[in-house]
Formats: sequence, C-alpha cells, structure tokens
Amino acid sequence: MSDKRRTDVSTEILAKPPIVGPGHTAGSVTDKISEVVLARTPKWWFPAFGASFLLLNLLLLALAKLLFEGPGIWGLNIPVGWGFAIINFVWWIGIGHAGTLISAILLLLRQPWRTSINRFAEAMTLFAVACAGIFPLIHVGRPWLAYWLLPYPNTMQLWPQFRSPLLWDVFAVSTYATASLLFWYVGLIPDMATLRDRTRKRFKQILYGFLAMGWRGSARHWHNYETAYLLLAGLATPLVISVHTIVSFDFAVGQIPGWHATIFPPYFVAGAIFAGFAMVLTLSVPLRKVFNLEDFITQRHIQNMAKVMLATGLIVAYGYMVEIFMAFYSGNQYEEFMILNRIQGPYRVQWHLLLLCNVLAPQLIWVRKVRRTPWMVWVVAMFVNVGMWLERFVIVVTSLHRDFLPSSWGMFHGTFWDWATFIGTIGLFLSLLFLFLRFLPMISIFEMRTIVPEPDAHLELDGHGGDE
Amino acid sequence: MRLEQQPLFGLMAEFGGPRRLIRAIEAAREAGYTEMDAFTPYPVEEVWEALGHHRSKLPAIVLVGGILGAILGFGLQYWTSVIAYPLNIGGRPLNSWPAFIPVTFEMTILVATLFTVLGMFALNGLPQPYHPVFNVERFALASRDRYFLCIGAWDPNFDREATAEFLQAQEPEEVSEVAS
Repeated sequence: MSDKRRTDVSTEILAKPPIVGPGHTAGSVTDKISEVVLARTPKWWFPAFGASFLLLNLLLLALAKLLFEGPGIWGLNIPVGWGFAIINFVWWIGIGHAGTLISAILLLLRQPWRTSINRFAEAMTLFAVACAGIFPLIHVGRPWLAYWLLPYPNTMQLWPQFRSPLLWDVFAVSTYATASLLFWYVGLIPDMATLRDRTRKRFKQILYGFLAMGWRGSARHWHNYETAYLLLAGLATPLVISVHTIVSFDFAVGQIPGWHATIFPPYFVAGAIFAGFAMVLTLSVPLRKVFNLEDFITQRHIQNMAKVMLATGLIVAYGYMVEIFMAFYSGNQYEEFMILNRIQGPYRVQWHLLLLCNVLAPQLIWVRKVRRTPWMVWVVAMFVNVGMWLERFVIVVTSLHRDFLPSSWGMFHGTFWDWATFIGTIGLFLSLLFLFLRFLPMISIFEMRTIVPEPDAHLELDGHGGDE
Repeated sequence: MRLEQQPLFGLMAEFGGPRRLIRAIEAAREAGYTEMDAFTPYPVEEVWEALGHHRSKLPAIVLVGGILGAILGFGLQYWTSVIAYPLNIGGRPLNSWPAFIPVTFEMTILVATLFTVLGMFALNGLPQPYHPVFNVERFALASRDRYFLCIGAWDPNFDREATAEFLQAQEPEEVSEVAS
C-alpha cells in the first residue's frame, strides 16, 4: 500500500504543486516535526495557552453556577426549550467531522495530501467532540443523573427508550468519541516511538515510551498496523456520516415546522464537513506560519481544503433552497409561515447573516487569487465558522419560538451565562489544542516519511538475490 | 562492547534504504535463514512480502467484532423493549425493529473498532515493555530513517561468525550483535 501511495504521489508531483517542500528526506521531516515537541517551549505559547486557560475557567465558572442554580440561568423558557446548549452541541460536533473525514475518507480515496493535516485535524475532532459532549449532559437539567441515559440494570427497573433519537445520540456520540480517540491514538503510536528514541530527557523517554507501548517498527508491526489503520478508516467513514445523520434526527423526527424535513440528514452531514473544513483552515493557516511548517502544509493543502469547503458549502446552500421550496410546495400553512418568519420575523437578522456567511462568502473561493492567498481563505473560513453557528441558531430557535398557536409564541435571548458557557468551551478547545501542539507531534511523522523520496530509489529490485 | 559471555539474541544489520534491506532479506532467505525480522521507519509492504508473509488475521477478527456488536446492540434493545420493560402504547408493536437500527449500527461500529485496535495490539504483541533489539544503540534510528534486519540466534542456520560475515556482504552501514 505504501508503495502505491508513493507512486500516486510521484505522478501527481509532476502535475500539481508539491505536497511537501523540496529537499526533504525521512530524516529531515522527522527532525523538523519532532523538534516542535522536543525543543524548548516557544515564548508565544505561554500567553496563548494562558488566554485559552482563562476562557476555560470561564466555562468552569459557568458550569458551577449552573450546578448551583439550575438551567434557569440560561435564557430558556417555553416555547424555546432548546437554546444555546443544543446549538453549541450541533456546532461543535459538526466541526469534529472534518477530522474524521480527512483521516478516514481521504485515506480511502488515496489522497496523499491529507498526510500533513490529518493528525491535527483528528486532534481537533477529539477536542470538538469533548466540547460537544458537555452540552447534552448539562442540558438534561440534572447532570448528576445523566447516567440514566445508559442502559444498565437499576433498582428502578427502568430501561431507556430506544425508539428516541435522543438516545440514539447517546450511542452515536459516545461511539464517535471512542472511535476518534482510538483512531488518533493508533495513528500516534509510531510517532511516540520516534519521540521516545529521540528525546534525551529521562522523563520524556518514560512518558513517550509508555505511550509507544514498545513499538519497534518491525515488518509484522507495520503489516498489522496498516491493516488496522485501513479497517479503522473503513469503520470511521460510515460512522462519521451516521453521527450527524442521527444528530439531524433529533430535529427531523420532531414535528415542529422547520425541523420535520427529510432533507435534514444529508444537509446536516454536508454542513458538518463544511464547518469542519472551515475550522481546520482556521487553525492550519496560522499554525503553519507560527511553526514554520510551510514546507509540509503547503499552499496546495490550503487550496484543496478551500475547495472542499466550497463544494460542501454549495450542498448546504442547496439544502437552504430545498427547505424554502418544500415549505411552499407542501402547501402546509405552518411550513410556509415558518419560512416567512425566518425571512421577515424577529430573527431575520440572523437568517440574512447566515446567508451572507454560508452562501455568499464561500463563493469567493471560486477566485483563484483568493484560493491561493492563505489569509483570504482564512477570512472566508471565519465567515463559515460564524455562519454555521447561526445556521444552528436559526434551526433551533426560529423554529421553536413561533409554533402552531400564536398564543404560545415567545422570544429567546441568550443570557450572560449562555454566552459564558459557549465562549468557555472555545477556551476548553483552545487549551486542549495548545497542549496538543506542545506535547504531541502535530503532523504524522511516519506518514510524512512515506511521501518523501526513498534514499536508494535508484536501486533496481529485480526480485531475487540482488546482484552478488 | 564484546558480548562473549552474554547469550545472544541475534545479529543486526543496518541499511541506508529500503531496497538494500529488501535485497538483504531475499539473500538471507536464499541462504536458508528463516528466523528474522526487519524494521523500517514507515510501512514498506515489500519488506513484509520479502520475509515470506502474506495475510493478516486482523480482518477476520474485525468481522467477528462487528457481528458481535450487531447482535449485542440489537439484542439489548429487543430484550429491554420486548421482555424486560414492555410498554404498550396504542397497541404498537413492541419489537419496533426499524427504530432499533441506529443503535445496532453504532454498536456494530463500536465493537468492531475495539476489536480492530485490541486485535492489532494482540497480533503485534503490544504492549511490550522490553525487547532485545533496543540493546543496539543505533536501533533508535529505526524510528527515523534507518532500516534494520535482525537474524535470530535461534535460527537453525545461525552461526555467530558466518552469519556476521553474511550480513557484512549485504552492503550494510553496520553489523552489530544484539544482547538478549
């Protein structure tokens, strides 16, 4: 397989800009990437981590307040019983999807350019899922009883309702978190061995040696490893699609206008990939600069990711159109009202901003100049990050706040604690990310070795015996 | 360091590139060696094939895991909804299997994933806190850019001098003795 990968790369190098800078060897990529972890902590790291850690403390504060006072500190009330918690849950879990997509689907599609971005995209997935996982737990109202969601024999003789999408969510998200963690860790094992062999510090030798579990890169190791990695990719691919499908079922199975739509599963999955690639771009554009990794995360990577973002953005735009079309085509007055209320109602600003961010802004990617300028791609990605959050706001809040009976209409506004919890999870995400960048190789070292030229590629392999 | 007194694990040759390693493996197999292992900084499938191996048992393990997960997932839902805690809501069927598909699917993936990772560890004999090859100082480069071939001392054709001479003839960077 590795040889196949290699030939794919060499033919592609002729046609397109390279996926790794010139002059690199297995040794130089190893040194360059492991140096980031093994060298002294760069000075900028401390304020960056410190600021993220402060935001993380805001999350802890908001959660403590929630535990003391209950969900009343949020802006939730009937009719809007799902607010920021669900918006943020869907937003974060969507962001997570790009990591799995890059590692699994692009691996199966034999896209060698994924190699230098898959590791931190996977890490990003894990951290985003960690942030996402917080919200359903705190949203149950009494988080200390959240374990009731799990099927276990209990003294109440109760079992969970397996016909509910909310329970499917429990299984989907926990499976996704487990599978992502394992996929990420398996990918890290050979690199942990590299760090173990390269560091001179006793503590790090023990730590990385522990994580490498005795990996020695024998032919047997690699053979089973490659098989396992491909199988994990094959398992993660349907998994990632199922996760956001099930998240969309949370809405689509309900009968609220604006939720009850068959377009939801594909449209949510596309939206997840769209948001995820936007977040990978948001992170990789500054990171390659700060860590001088322009040789590994090249312009071609940025460009390819921007194109995926544009493509999935178009699917999302199609989803918006179908929603509007179906509302009128259904002839159902509640559906029609829901769309008109989105366009003209009290939350019209959010809806129009959403179109600006998710539909108009990505169109800039069509322009070659924008695609090829990392900071411009970054700006577009930021628009998408905001836009996808607004999309979930529109779906959750605008659909709920005016349902069938005008007498039950109401308004929803996020409170200080709503925002504190949301911004706090950004702090959690960034804190984990900075720790990851500092202590683990952010680019898969062993996979980078497979895409640089072999030192003895000039030797003929004639099958038997060599030329003695 | 001479290792005359210590029992020997084997002899190890270091190579600068994968193709030299593959040639050496092929030569060693022609010379009748069977107990050997090769070490590379990244997966090189031809090395595995040159060593005379082919398939991995892992796919079968994963298949078993997937089937187990599916049975477990569906069984759990069937048992709780039909036997342990039946809820008759307007006479709707208790075994409402279409509603059980998502959880069955997730359980299939979950158990198959666990089997993949644990199966890979088991087949590779990981975690393994100690292995003699690490006694060779330059073996640390196996995780950087060097390629190693180790012939085990338990190989029927193994002879300390003759095998060392054989390895020296394969254009290695270095040949070293591996203490056990």
